[in-house]
Amino acid sequence: MKEMEKETTPSRHYGEFGGQYIPETLMGELDRVAAAYNKYKDDPDFLKELHDLLNNYANRPSLLYYAKQMTEDLGGAKIYLKREDLNHTGAHKINNVIGQALLAKRMGKTRLIAETGAGQHGVATATIAALFNMDCEIFMGKEDTERQKLNVYRMELLGAKVHPVTTGSMVLKDAVNATLQEWTQRIDDTFYVMGSAVGPYPFPEMVHDFQSVISKESKQQILEAEGRLPDMVVACVGGGSNAIGSFADYIDDKDVQLVGCEAAGKGVDTDQTAATIERGSVGIFHGMKSMFLQNKYGQIDKVYSISAGLDYPGVGPEHAHLAELKRAKYVGITDDEAVDAFEYIAKIEGIVAAIESCHAVAYVEKIAPKMRKDQIIICTLSGRGDKDVASIAKYRGVNIDD
Amino acid sequence: MTNLKQIFSNKKAFIPFLVADDPNFDTTVESIITLAENGADIVELGIPFSDPVADGPVIQDADLRAFASGVNTDVVFDIVEKARQKTDVPIIFLTYLNIAFKYGYEKFCQKCQSLKISGLVIPDLPYEEHNELKPIANKYDIDLIPLIAPTSGDRIEKIAKTATGFIYMVSSLGVTGVREDFSTQLKNTIEKIKQATDVPVAIGFGIHSPEQAEKLSAISDGVIIGSAVVKIIAKNSANTQQDLAEYAKSIKNAISVKA
Repeated sequence: MKEMEKETTPSRHYGEFGGQYIPETLMGELDRVAAAYNKYKDDPDFLKELHDLLNNYANRPSLLYYAKQMTEDLGGAKIYLKREDLNHTGAHKINNVIGQALLAKRMGKTRLIAETGAGQHGVATATIAALFNMDCEIFMGKEDTERQKLNVYRMELLGAKVHPVTTGSMVLKDAVNATLQEWTQRIDDTFYVMGSAVGPYPFPEMVHDFQSVISKESKQQILEAEGRLPDMVVACVGGGSNAIGSFADYIDDKDVQLVGCEAAGKGVDTDQTAATIERGSVGIFHGMKSMFLQNKYGQIDKVYSISAGLDYPGVGPEHAHLAELKRAKYVGITDDEAVDAFEYIAKIEGIVAAIESCHAVAYVEKIAPKMRKDQIIICTLSGRGDKDVASIAKYRGVNIDD
Repeated sequence: MTNLKQIFSNKKAFIPFLVADDPNFDTTVESIITLAENGADIVELGIPFSDPVADGPVIQDADLRAFASGVNTDVVFDIVEKARQKTDVPIIFLTYLNIAFKYGYEKFCQKCQSLKISGLVIPDLPYEEHNELKPIANKYDIDLIPLIAPTSGDRIEKIAKTATGFIYMVSSLGVTGVREDFSTQLKNTIEKIKQATDVPVAIGFGIHSPEQAEKLSAISDGVIIGSAVVKIIAKNSANTQQDLAEYAKSIKNAISVKA
């Protein structure tokens, strides 16, 4: 798939998407981050340290688990679950944070800042900051600090300072704004650990590379288990970090269908949705040209999803490009469908998965019965669902708070 | 090119900034005229964006007031059209790239030209991406005004060499330690710019008092003042226009002394 490869110079774009649409105050630093990344990404010492931490601290490789009960119940394709929920800190986010934090250390930085939606990326960043003895400040929409109180306390426990963001709609998008502003004001000792496959170059590329461990492992694991590649890989998409990691090593394998599950909230056709690729249009925001939910004047929409991690009006530029090329397909999953899947996978496989990941599970429930029994699906469980138990209970009218 | 560069030719320029439709249509129209009549050499008008990451809290609040008033890109064009009945002051827009992108670069620039908009300041359009808009802006005689920051370092030369109109020098980072040698660093940066180009340099960000304006205009070709102007408008009192006029005069006086 030659047309899929990014242009060699500059490698800042994915087709028409990507780029570096960021204030001049940050451009010098972005240049330095890109130069450092290009210097270290193939450096044997850097990679050795990265893999050592991934395997001995973050509990990689993660399992590729054959979901036998689910497969039999749905009666179609064989379902494998890539268990990123079993990583240390309970989500895929740690893969990328270890990589970026190691880079920050190489650059002589002593302070990490990050945005977080559901709190998983914030927890991962706070964790590595603790391990590396670095200062850590996390920016989180005020609404999300309320939806995800447990993760706020967890970050504080790890020594991070959590700033509730009170501008805009007080969710993930606003947390990114606040983190960018903080970075503008303090560059010298500070590294912005971008959690999703979004933002200006080199962030989407770094996140792609650090998360691609998911598909590198799953490919090897499925070849060992089945002797062939899967027919379909399914992952949830907010900004798209676990999805790009789940897809990365299969992009050139044209026979493997790639499906990203967006948060449709109350429905793709309602205004309470976060289904960016299905409902959005091309725009420029958060440093990248990509797909965004926005009005006709280019004002970014307020978006909605039950999932704080998918509640984002944009999507990573590589996903926008994969969608345009029709190499990957993106589908909307509603709150109701995701909550049903949350309960389904808990009861049938004994796995409490993150509500984000349950968007992918919901799609598997729909598609697996329509596939042949000799076909294979790999579905990424990007995180564990402990953080969501209280809000799902509330969604079902059960109050377990306090 | 436009007339922007000439404005700086025999004087230090005073460039006040205000947000369009803050707090309403008529106030903005009146304020543009008041500023023009009381010493503004160029008026910089902000087209609000939902997520203004390059702006501080004062401007963000102004954006919110404008949204409450129902602002959109067409309303801003209407404001300029109305103001144009009374003033020919050079006007430039400050906005984020998505606003121009979604309007359509061609259509946006065409509309700007028809309203005699001289330039565009777009904080999230750095040098690396400026070819996206620059050829279209030039076609309609609109200067794309680049920003240079204290952190620009070896980027200064390439940015300065392609600049037209004037260069917007971002004065501060808000970083502790930087402010101490604030003016020395600014002076050095401006010297580097001047080695690369004869395009004028105006300093913006964090200028409030006539004293600051005087000091910074001494090392540059002009000053851009945003928050202080927006704060006067934010009071939304019966005296807003009078206060704006007095403030504009005080700045103009301060920077004219040695010009």
